[in-house]
Amino acid sequence: MSAVTTGPGPASHSVTEAARNRHFGPLYSRNVRAVIARGLMATKSSNWMVMLSGFFEPVLYLISMGVGLGAIVGSVQGPGGGEISYAAYIAPALLAVSAMNGAVYDSTWNVFFKMNFAKLYQGMLYTSLGPLDVAMGEIFLALLRGLMYATGFTAVMGLMGLITTPWAILMIPAAVLIAFGFASFGMGITSYMKTFQQMDWINFVMLPMFLFSATFYPLSVYPQPIQWFIQAMPLWHGVELLRQISVGVFTPATAVHIGYYLVMIVLGVLLTTGRLRKLFLK
Amino acid sequence: MSTPNSSAAATGAPQYVITAENLTKRYGDVAAVDGISFSVPAGEAFGLLGPNGAGKSTTMKMIGGVSQRTSGTLRIMGLDPDQNGPEVRAHLGVVPQQDNLDEELKVRDNLLVYGRYFGLPMSYLKPKADELLEFAQLTDKAKSKVDALSGGMKRRLTIARSLINEPRILLLDEPTTGLDPQARHILWDRLFRLKEQGVTLILTTHYMDEAEQLCDRLIVVDKGKIMAEGSPASLIREYSTREVLELRFGSERNATIGAELEGIGERLETLPDRVLIYAHDGEAALEEVSARGLRPVTSLVRRSSLEDVFLRLTGRSLVD
Repeated sequence: MSAVTTGPGPASHSVTEAARNRHFGPLYSRNVRAVIARGLMATKSSNWMVMLSGFFEPVLYLISMGVGLGAIVGSVQGPGGGEISYAAYIAPALLAVSAMNGAVYDSTWNVFFKMNFAKLYQGMLYTSLGPLDVAMGEIFLALLRGLMYATGFTAVMGLMGLITTPWAILMIPAAVLIAFGFASFGMGITSYMKTFQQMDWINFVMLPMFLFSATFYPLSVYPQPIQWFIQAMPLWHGVELLRQISVGVFTPATAVHIGYYLVMIVLGVLLTTGRLRKLFLK
Repeated sequence: MSTPNSSAAATGAPQYVITAENLTKRYGDVAAVDGISFSVPAGEAFGLLGPNGAGKSTTMKMIGGVSQRTSGTLRIMGLDPDQNGPEVRAHLGVVPQQDNLDEELKVRDNLLVYGRYFGLPMSYLKPKADELLEFAQLTDKAKSKVDALSGGMKRRLTIARSLINEPRILLLDEPTTGLDPQARHILWDRLFRLKEQGVTLILTTHYMDEAEQLCDRLIVVDKGKIMAEGSPASLIREYSTREVLELRFGSERNATIGAELEGIGERLETLPDRVLIYAHDGEAALEEVSARGLRPVTSLVRRSSLEDVFLRLTGRSLVD
């Protein structure tokens, strides 16, 4: 039983006085880094196997499909018309998938748990954090994971001899862009989810998108209306973007792919911040 | 408008840290908080006493700026929580009804990380966290996981966490609900120390003993409205007698005995399990009951409490 020495009473420290007198709007307190620091601290004790599995999944696809199936397929026509191995054809697509998976895992399942069970955001929003701080911090953490997956996967591509141009290093920031698009939207969508059954719908959308977004074969195999549909999906733009970068071939379409993600990011952040505000600041 | 309390009036114009006027919160057609007005001067321990569903927690959420009011005005340290939520919360420490500690972090890290949310530097937070762990009697648990703590320990950690930014106002929503008596008394002791240090306490509770122990002044709320306002002693003086005689005649007789007890004490209240006679002198009232030849199964003379005030005001018990 000891008393508080300096006393938690009002204004006994100048730093707390300064923290009280900061000025900011209703949504943002310029303190995203506190949310990020919390995430990194929590990661130290979290399940590394779950994180690693997210990395290995596309690597296993690359080995089985690229090496195994590639032996039958031989070489295919890459972006710009040049002949490339089948493994080199699908590797950038799998990198896009990897970025998507990492971002979606962090921004959906992780966020779902924190929102509904750990009540983490309620606690955060009872401090001087605003909903935009929370949203940006969580999205950044998802991007960090996306960056780690992308770097690891690019290294695997290098080891397998699938990188033929220095441009390929740009696949890493491009993968982060893709992750940003998915993470910002994923968190907003998750805020509508109330049960685990609803969360399964996310997988129900993700799996077909993974399989059919010109990941394993060119878009031209589809009839025109289906092509249009696939081209409206975000993953296709990511697959095409990374495939172009992997061989260093750039066209006006490159700008469209990047633009698609920039718009997705802006809309996603707006959606997520609005939803957090609605959910927790009723 | 509420009137300033006497001690504040004696020192001139009181410094109100919270003022609410006609504060209203509606969910659809239901008014959870229905036009309440109150002011809290700095350093006061102010209570909201009422049963579950009275609108206490909703009022707390509006003060914290995490629930937007439907109408009325509300100012915390001169700021509107709907417009300046993060700035208002920089002045507050919040102890929510249900602990929402960060289960992924260790005990001490909970304090550090929470302090970071307020934008406080680590050089301040590290010694402060140790000091608060001491205050919460959790120093030897610093490196434990949160889920290894008992209910009382979690509650104390939540209170320690709420103090990390040295708040001027501490919001406590049902701080001791679900705790055993010993844990409650430890908590009350900690809260009393904070009050001595000049922290304004805003406390909701449905425990009358808690309100009597901790609150300088309180409002009794029911169905979103203020039923009465004052210090615990003045409310008891105003709405109840000095003593209460509790009689149990068995559940069959309790309901019908009323007529036979007519005229004893100042007022009679019949509850399903007992009959309450409000009297200045409880022992004298008991003698009169015996003189009328009535033989209760049990009888008890006690001091009036806020429970009696609430019963008088609403016709219902606080905890049922």
